[in-house]
Amino acid sequence: MAEKRDGKYEKPKNRKGTILRLLTYMLQYKYLLLLALALTVGSNLLSLVGPMLSGYAIDAIEPGIGRVMFDRVFYYAGLMVLFYLVSSALSYVLSVLMIHISRKVVYRMRKDVFHRLMDLPVGYFDTHQTGDIISRLSYDIDTVNTSLSNDLIQILTTIITVIGALSMMIVISPNLVLIFAFTVPLSIVLTKIITGKTRPMFRLRSRKLGELNSFVEEMISGQKTLKAYYQEENTITRFDEKNEEAVEAYYRAEYYGSVVGPTVNFINNLSLSLVSVFGALLFLAGQMSVGSISSFILYSRKFSGPINEAANIMSELQSALAAAERVFNMMDEIPEPADASGAVALEEVEGDVKLEEVKFGYTKEQTIIKGLNLHAKPGKLVAIVGPTGAGKTTLINLLMRFYDIDSGRIAVDDRNIEEITRASLRKSYAMVLQETWLFQGTIFENIAYGKDDATMDEVVEAAKAARIHSYIMHLPEGYQTILTDDGTNISKGQKQLLTIARAMLLDAHMLILDEATSNVDTRTEQKIQKAMRKLMENKTCFVIAHRLSTIQNADEILVVKHGEIVEQGTHTELMAKKGFYHQLYRAQFE
Amino acid sequence: MKKVLVWYLKPYYGRMVISFMIKFIGTIMDLCLPWVLAYMIDTIIPIGEKSRIFLWGAVMIVCSVLALTFNVIANRMASKVARDTTEAIRHDLFTRIMWLSNAQTDGFTKPSLISRLTTDTYNVHQMLGRVQRLGVRAPILVIGGVLVTLTLDPVLTLVLVSVMPVIVGITVYVSRKSIPMYTSLQQSVDQFVRLIREDVAGIRVIKALSRTDYEKQKYDSINQEVVQKERKAGVTMAVVNPSMNLFLNIGLVLVVIVGAYRVNSGVSEVGKILAFLTYFTIILNAMMNISKMFVIISKAIASADRIMEVVDTPEDLILEVCEKLASENAYIRFEQVSFSYNKNEPNISNISFSLQKGETLGVIGATGAGKSTIAQLLMRFYDPDEGVISIEGHDVRSIPTKELREKFGVVFQNDTLFEDTIAGNVNLGRGLSEQEIRDAISYAKAKEFVEEKGRGYENQVNIRGANLSGGQKQRILIARALAAHPDILILDDSSSALDYKTDAMLRKELGEHFSDTTTIIIAQRVSSVMHADHIIVLEEGQMQGFGTHEELMESCEIYREIAASQMGM
Repeated sequence: MAEKRDGKYEKPKNRKGTILRLLTYMLQYKYLLLLALALTVGSNLLSLVGPMLSGYAIDAIEPGIGRVMFDRVFYYAGLMVLFYLVSSALSYVLSVLMIHISRKVVYRMRKDVFHRLMDLPVGYFDTHQTGDIISRLSYDIDTVNTSLSNDLIQILTTIITVIGALSMMIVISPNLVLIFAFTVPLSIVLTKIITGKTRPMFRLRSRKLGELNSFVEEMISGQKTLKAYYQEENTITRFDEKNEEAVEAYYRAEYYGSVVGPTVNFINNLSLSLVSVFGALLFLAGQMSVGSISSFILYSRKFSGPINEAANIMSELQSALAAAERVFNMMDEIPEPADASGAVALEEVEGDVKLEEVKFGYTKEQTIIKGLNLHAKPGKLVAIVGPTGAGKTTLINLLMRFYDIDSGRIAVDDRNIEEITRASLRKSYAMVLQETWLFQGTIFENIAYGKDDATMDEVVEAAKAARIHSYIMHLPEGYQTILTDDGTNISKGQKQLLTIARAMLLDAHMLILDEATSNVDTRTEQKIQKAMRKLMENKTCFVIAHRLSTIQNADEILVVKHGEIVEQGTHTELMAKKGFYHQLYRAQFE
Repeated sequence: MKKVLVWYLKPYYGRMVISFMIKFIGTIMDLCLPWVLAYMIDTIIPIGEKSRIFLWGAVMIVCSVLALTFNVIANRMASKVARDTTEAIRHDLFTRIMWLSNAQTDGFTKPSLISRLTTDTYNVHQMLGRVQRLGVRAPILVIGGVLVTLTLDPVLTLVLVSVMPVIVGITVYVSRKSIPMYTSLQQSVDQFVRLIREDVAGIRVIKALSRTDYEKQKYDSINQEVVQKERKAGVTMAVVNPSMNLFLNIGLVLVVIVGAYRVNSGVSEVGKILAFLTYFTIILNAMMNISKMFVIISKAIASADRIMEVVDTPEDLILEVCEKLASENAYIRFEQVSFSYNKNEPNISNISFSLQKGETLGVIGATGAGKSTIAQLLMRFYDPDEGVISIEGHDVRSIPTKELREKFGVVFQNDTLFEDTIAGNVNLGRGLSEQEIRDAISYAKAKEFVEEKGRGYENQVNIRGANLSGGQKQRILIARALAAHPDILILDDSSSALDYKTDAMLRKELGEHFSDTTTIIIAQRVSSVMHADHIIVLEEGQMQGFGTHEELMESCEIYREIAASQMGM
């Protein structure tokens, strides 16, 4: 799969491509599928034996009053029970087998989508709704999967019976079969027309549901804000619109989709009528016996039954395809480009960071960083200050290579970061951001997140240094307390302390602190100063802070404004200059 | 599930009955065909009259057309009922969720609420459509088949019917067993939702620490769990179909044996047994179709129960009738207020203070001291465990939510920007005028950067404000809080990402344009609160000081320490 994914991007809205890709998923289990096929054939054949046996049993009853051959009746009855037992067992095994296969396929699909998701560049997450991602991973894959497990068997059965019945009918009367030469293409054409019309509707239905889910996710996430502004009613009205769009799209798809089943049924009925009329005429012409007509009709019913069923699941198949398309589209999102060939892993990092003439903008129209030059020598503390929106956080996005620069060069230890593997580049930084991120898991797991083999002692050590240990011990479960995503019992400041503890455990040579202590009160901040200093020891540090007190002793302070460095120097130098930095500094005490 | 049937479908009973009837006619038309066919073969053909052959052929075609029309109409009506019912259920669920109190939301957890609104309502929708469409034909065939066999030979019919209880028993047993399985499956789906939300939010940290593989593993274990549960439920449900098949066929064997005795004693004929077998095939196929629906029904029952659990959650934070405190002269008063989130360890205790209209209160204290809790209680996101909070002498518990919340403008610690324009985010559905929005943006010191952006106020804000810097986000949030000129303004740590200069300018604007607004500023910085009329110093939920900056510098040790740490004194 891997080489296929990277090389080739399927055109969206390509049905054949979607089917082919679905098939590649299933064909990974081709032996199991073969077994399923064998079982289907087996159970279908057995189902033919049943009526035959009952025929024999009835033959034994035939002689009538007082002369019924009970021994034979019981013999065949016994055989029937046996066959039905075997046939039921087979069909049970078959369903279980199909469930296994479809689970495997679904498991793979979910896995592939999620793996791709994790490999997407950060920019993707900045522009795509979580709700839609969830919708693809849950609802869309589910739809595919329901269809796979139910419909596949149906299609197999259809194929087998249709072929069988058709050959029997040809044997009985080649003339009458000609009727099907008319009706079968008719039903194919009609189905094609209808599905062609409904395909965009099923697509719309998946998309609308995705939109609804996005809306739901966003609104439930921001529920507190909405409540604070008494927006419940407004939001509900907006939800109603989305809801109506979603159910309407569902209904429209179904409205047209529901025609398929009865239409195919109609054509079958039509052929039945034609068969009766023409059969009767043939009989009158002396070309056919009544017995042949009745068995021809029996077979034609056998023939139309499964086709009918298959038509019923057409709409299911269509929504499955529409859903699969959305899933595959996500798999085809372009991941972070692979590391350049010959990219090396950073080892023994010195921490010498150089930016030369770096230009960058999130969109083509707006350049945020305009020709930035900076040299951070190993072990030095570089502070970046400036008004909000001056591009400070963007700088971090570039250092970590979350985004690639438009022009210029960024180098670590004199090596262009584009020649370094992303993983090793990122791991050589420890990072504490203003936007704290904790996940549902124990406090221990959250702190140990960056270090695989962290021991409890190390974690406790880090927590102590970050001044969060006593708070943790205060909790009933201590380090085993599970943090929930919307936990109310933990403040933003405490979250920051936990992420600082997490950074303390890392063994990195460069450190990025983006407003790392903005929500920690200053007294606590002072208390963790020592630990912070230890954290920063021998590391090249990039610190973004508004509290200028925290960065007074930086080796170099960059004052950034509108993506350019307007002043540069130590605190004393900059204060003496009485420029922009001086202004910023004074503002603290006004 | 009961509620879905009784309550939500009730308005559509009429339509459903009509659509059932139409479907019924359509099905009968379908069933007429074999009957006409038999008539042709048995009666017409031997006569050999061409005109009658054509006549009955035409009758068959008419039946086919009618079957087509009626089935399509019935299907569409069924889809419509499913659409309207689902719309109503979703509406009610979303409405209830929006009105859930914070404590209730915390109880359900957001990922679970999201998956209930999405996958669970979807399951119900699917079931409603499918059962109506397929659930008519099969029972008609079963009942019709049984009725016809009754006319043939009632005793044999009884033999066949006698296996029915076994089948019903198995089906009921299996679906009883599988419903909890589907419930637990949906709970695992909640986990999916949770992890995806988590990872999307934390993608920078995950990538920075190169933990994508770890996240993939975490996902994998949930994936495995879900697949396991799906498989278990599926395999359990898979029992129904073959066992139904088996027992019905055993019934058939019994019919043959009993039939043999009856034929032997002359009370029945072989022809009847033969006919019996034909109808039996119809009954069997219909039963199979019914069993297929059981999967979808069991799944939908599990989902419906999860939906109704939320919809039926009793209201929290009920409006209480309290006397107005007559002697009250303060605008906001906290009296001996204590509160605990987990009802175990108090988060704040014995908080008392009062504010006059237009005054500013600063709240300062260590991380986790309970600063935000004060704001949450004042806005009645939670009710205090002890004590009384009043605004203008009215207990907040007695003020209707709408009236109460409209007094406030607030910026939370983790506030949300929505995917909307900048103006839309400031307005937030309150129908404010363009001028009000522009003014608010200007007060919040956001004007400059907003106008710099390509499309100004109409500029689109990305998901979670990803295209804005931390400080820009905060200023838009502040603009939102100011836009409606609220009576009470709460700024919870909302200047942490602002540089001091912007912060100072913002305070100046507040002083000039919002002098009537009672303001509560929760902050880490002394500079943010030092100009307030009153300052509360909180430590571990207790008030350690109350007064002005000067008073506290005199009297409060902790405050002095905080100030010293920030002012470099």
